[in-house]
Amino acid sequence: MSPLLSFAVTAALVCYALTMAVATLRMLRGPSAQDRVLALDFISLNGMLVVLVLGIRYSSHMYFEAALLMALFGFVASAALAKFLLRGEVVE
Amino acid sequence: MTMVGALEGLVAMLLLASGLLSLIAALGLLRLKSFFQRMHAPALAITFGSWCAALASIIYFVALESRPALHTVLIVVLIAVTAPVTTTLLARASLFRDRAAAAAKHQQDDGA
Repeated sequence: MSPLLSFAVTAALVCYALTMAVATLRMLRGPSAQDRVLALDFISLNGMLVVLVLGIRYSSHMYFEAALLMALFGFVASAALAKFLLRGEVVE
Repeated sequence: MTMVGALEGLVAMLLLASGLLSLIAALGLLRLKSFFQRMHAPALAITFGSWCAALASIIYFVALESRPALHTVLIVVLIAVTAPVTTTLLARASLFRDRAAAAAKHQQDDGA
């Protein structure tokens, strides 16, 4: 891996980490429950992106499955939380 | 050799763009005023950010490692399908909760 690519991977990972920190701030601050769910959804998406970029960093295919599962479970979690906010129960 | 260098530059640019777009989306999430404005910010990372990261991954594996890696598209397609569902559910939940809170406040005012 060339120095340029290595620098870009590190910079992207640092950007994702900052993003997750800022989103955590929003999640802790609120003010409403919807804001917290939105921030959590965003954090899970960024976690998925981090795994995807780590796959480039270690040039391994194994990270792809992890990223796919994280995207899937992130959606399920966010949908369940939003449904809970809507009705007060997840399965009707 | 220059071809490989150009492709590496492309991958690096896509990765940097993805990281910066995510950061901009997070700043929007932090700074915008109301919930319905804040809902728009993460869409930047959901669409642009994840597409850039997936394209970088595809170009890196296909061109630089000469391995077939087109299945990364699956992740972006999955996100493109699922993100609107989450967003719509959240928007409806927010509308419902705002209305319920307003109704409760109205009732309280009438009672007092």
